[in-house]
Amino acid sequence: MTDAAVSLTTKKDWTSDQEVRWCPGCGDYGILLAVQTLMPELGVKPENTVFISGIGCSSRFPYYMNTYGMHGIHGRAPALATGVAVARPDLDVWVVTGDGDALSIGGNHLIHALRRNVNLTILLFNNRIYGLTKGQYSPTSELGKVTKSTPMGSVDHPFNPLALALGAEASFVARTHDLDRKHMMDTFRAAHAHRGSSFIEILQNCNVFNDGAFDEVTSRQKREEMMIDLHHGEPIRFGKDGHAGVIMGDDGQLRIVEVAEVGADAILKHDAHRNDPSLAFALARLSNGDSATSQSTWLPTPFGVFRDVVRADYSSMVSAQFTEAVSKKGPGDLKKLLKSAGTWQVN
Amino acid sequence: MPLVLRCVCEEVLSNSPGLIDMTDTVENKSAPETISRVVVRFAGDSGDGMQLTGDRFTSASAMFGNDLSTFPDFPAEIRAPAGTVNGVSSFQVQISEHDITTPGDNSNVLVVMNPAALMADIDRLEQGGLLIVNRDNFVERDLLKVGYETNPLEDGSLANYRVVEVPMTTLTIQATASLGVKPRMAERSKNFFALGMISWLYSRPRESTLDWIKSRFKDEDVRNVNTAAFNAGFHFGETTELFDHPFQVLPAHMPAGEYTNITGNMALAWGLVAAGQLAKLPVFLGSYPITPASDILHELSKNKNFAVRTVQAEDEIAAAGMALGAAFAGHLGVTATSGPGLALKSETLSLAVSLELPMLLIDIQRGGPSTGLPTKTEAADLNIAMFGRHAEAPLPIVAAYSPHHCFDAIIEAARIALKYRTPVIFLSDGYIANGSEPWKLPDVASLPDISVDFQTEFNHVAKDGSNVYWPYLRDPKTLARPWAIPGTPGLMHRVGGLEKQDGTGDIDYTPINHEKMVRLRAAKIAGIASDIPLAEIVGDADADVCILGWGSTWAAIDAAVQRTRRRGHKVAWIHLMHLSPLPPNLGELLRGFKKVIVPELNLGQLCRIVRAEYLVDAQVVSKVQGLPFTSTELENAIGSALGVFNTNQNGVDQ
Repeated sequence: MTDAAVSLTTKKDWTSDQEVRWCPGCGDYGILLAVQTLMPELGVKPENTVFISGIGCSSRFPYYMNTYGMHGIHGRAPALATGVAVARPDLDVWVVTGDGDALSIGGNHLIHALRRNVNLTILLFNNRIYGLTKGQYSPTSELGKVTKSTPMGSVDHPFNPLALALGAEASFVARTHDLDRKHMMDTFRAAHAHRGSSFIEILQNCNVFNDGAFDEVTSRQKREEMMIDLHHGEPIRFGKDGHAGVIMGDDGQLRIVEVAEVGADAILKHDAHRNDPSLAFALARLSNGDSATSQSTWLPTPFGVFRDVVRADYSSMVSAQFTEAVSKKGPGDLKKLLKSAGTWQVN
Repeated sequence: MPLVLRCVCEEVLSNSPGLIDMTDTVENKSAPETISRVVVRFAGDSGDGMQLTGDRFTSASAMFGNDLSTFPDFPAEIRAPAGTVNGVSSFQVQISEHDITTPGDNSNVLVVMNPAALMADIDRLEQGGLLIVNRDNFVERDLLKVGYETNPLEDGSLANYRVVEVPMTTLTIQATASLGVKPRMAERSKNFFALGMISWLYSRPRESTLDWIKSRFKDEDVRNVNTAAFNAGFHFGETTELFDHPFQVLPAHMPAGEYTNITGNMALAWGLVAAGQLAKLPVFLGSYPITPASDILHELSKNKNFAVRTVQAEDEIAAAGMALGAAFAGHLGVTATSGPGLALKSETLSLAVSLELPMLLIDIQRGGPSTGLPTKTEAADLNIAMFGRHAEAPLPIVAAYSPHHCFDAIIEAARIALKYRTPVIFLSDGYIANGSEPWKLPDVASLPDISVDFQTEFNHVAKDGSNVYWPYLRDPKTLARPWAIPGTPGLMHRVGGLEKQDGTGDIDYTPINHEKMVRLRAAKIAGIASDIPLAEIVGDADADVCILGWGSTWAAIDAAVQRTRRRGHKVAWIHLMHLSPLPPNLGELLRGFKKVIVPELNLGQLCRIVRAEYLVDAQVVSKVQGLPFTSTELENAIGSALGVFNTNQNGVDQ
């Protein structure tokens, strides 16, 4: 990014003329604002940017960005976006999806996009509920969740989105939340800078069907003691004056401790660039233990970049083969191709 | 691109046992007797290499200049239990000195490698035909495995055939003994022995096969064993008394030009490469492995230097999604599949209809429903192609009629997709996909220009006087919308599956707009009818009976129509390449006949469509056995429609 590039566009250049139609008070507004505010900083152009979404409340997002965009099919955004990214490695491709879209109907496409490391920035709006269909439980809803489709409480064990992404060996994995624009922008900026698949879980409040889903962690009163801000290379400490921290026990399990009790040296240092994803995985599991427990038993939850490792991205590898084929065989010659299986002459 | 029909050429028929139309007097054993055509069928275990054997015999015949048509017929199992009927793999080829379209109904020569192959395929040998048997495998164990209580070579049950028993396994092991390889390895080359023997019997030049063995097998032992087995088979034919004399099928009198032998899937893959070149667009294929379509993915993956990108997707849905994403980004987006995959791609086609973006979906039809008969042919996906989407989602359908036709037909499908910004379904089937025929190479310079322009400028002035881009501002003639691709400054826009306002493309749920858009999308597809060739009658326009065909039934219809007309009866034939929209004159033509019969490898899908469209009392002739029609079956169907004659099972004149 250069200064000249920064001055290319303003927030207005990234804002479409469409009326935003989310419910008043929806967390999506904050995310949209963060993205529209960030884009001019990235030094990229609206015409080289594509937003692709699936179906759901969050998936209306592309309509509000003054870029190229496609509102696709439920769950299929990573597949559509893979087509765009592989066809056109010159483009900046973003995927906007939700917990139902990405983790339920589109689970397969998500894990395969991450596995391939397609050059995509994937924003997963996790509100732990189906909003657009008016309030059924989602694949991230907690056990026991009472919704229209689970009047006696959900018996579905939920996904932990970050653990799932890490299991698919995503090369960039992060978490942020809809109440902190600066944190969102910092996280999106890092994700955008990463070449390959970047996966960001955004805790997003649905004030109509699942209001306060993350209050135990992200509300202003709770933040200080419940949010663990991850910084690469720094000890994982949080709470007032950093009184609490994370250690790894002899059994390999991460534990939250009082720093005073174990000493500052015992606190785990965060290493987002470590190739082995197991530490990032353990951190992803820290938030709510086995993640199946109810909303009221949240544990301190890490935010920020869990993993950011260098791995060749899919679009570049496909393009490299393409270039290699041309350099080896020369540009395609249709006449030669048609003769390639052997021919004979009839006079 | 008009349909090329071969009805002018005469197919020669005879009922001489196995060997046809003697034109030379045979003086001695070494002088080959000239025959006009022969149908050879190789049958053995899945592991016996019958497809390879048939393929090599075909290639040698193609290089020699014969016209030919092939029919590979193999099980879905890679290696079904050895020696069982389920595991029999066959390859039938007709070679001819004149123009032919089918692999023949029954074979004149059947080579069987074991009792299972005999049991499975003996009904495909004409009465009096030549049956060549690998005697080594006709032992008690193999006989009992398929339920022969007595040895058919000894119990007289094959009295109606000319049986030649050859201990192929023993002779192959003996011929390769000096090479010092294990007998097991030597035994595996018995198919080359059979190939050598048949190559001698039909006077095929040996060189092309020997050259091929040299280049194909990297392992020296394998190369040497196969060469020795092939030569041994050839010499065996020459020196034994089992065959009176060899035969030859002279080169066919085909139009001058350069020819290659092509399968449908190969022609299709090359057609896609050509379509990309002719459209001046990169090609993007998203595909998931599925029989019988996978060869398209294989072949395109080899041709990346033609600006072709291929992705083997995680599933059929993703494969279609990637193709559509690539289309949005300005590529010729393609996905290839078979019936079960088409079902999964339905939602993507609906989105493509709504987005009005060009995209090709190739369906190589196979027997169904569900997994059905993965390696066997059927043409029963016309209904799903035509109607298999939710809501009003019409799209064009193009069907190839023979292996080589896939090349031209896919270019035509791409032309329609690009010009009208619509997904197009392309129908082929397992018979076309795997079958092969000689193809006169087209003059590349004469192929059509199918390029289209991307939108690069604003196309509308807004109320406030500013220049804007309206993604759904249609071309008044074609009703196609502009195609502005990412990277184009100023034309940023959003498309999606929600109903949009005509012109602006903005989301619009108003009742009148929805009806307008539904009708516009339908009118756009219907309007393509004025941009495709009129349906043409082949044969007798004043006949009472008209055959209406589509797809791979072309070959058998062609032969049946020729035979019928040779008998002095009038019959007309219309073969469709465009199934949606239908040629604009089709209804008028069909209404001019007393009877319309529609041969289909389904229970009457096109028949129902023409009845509904034109109120014509068309009658279906169905076959759903995983096999193509034989020309005799259709000859009989035409005969009974005419009410004049029937033929016997062998398709021989009465």
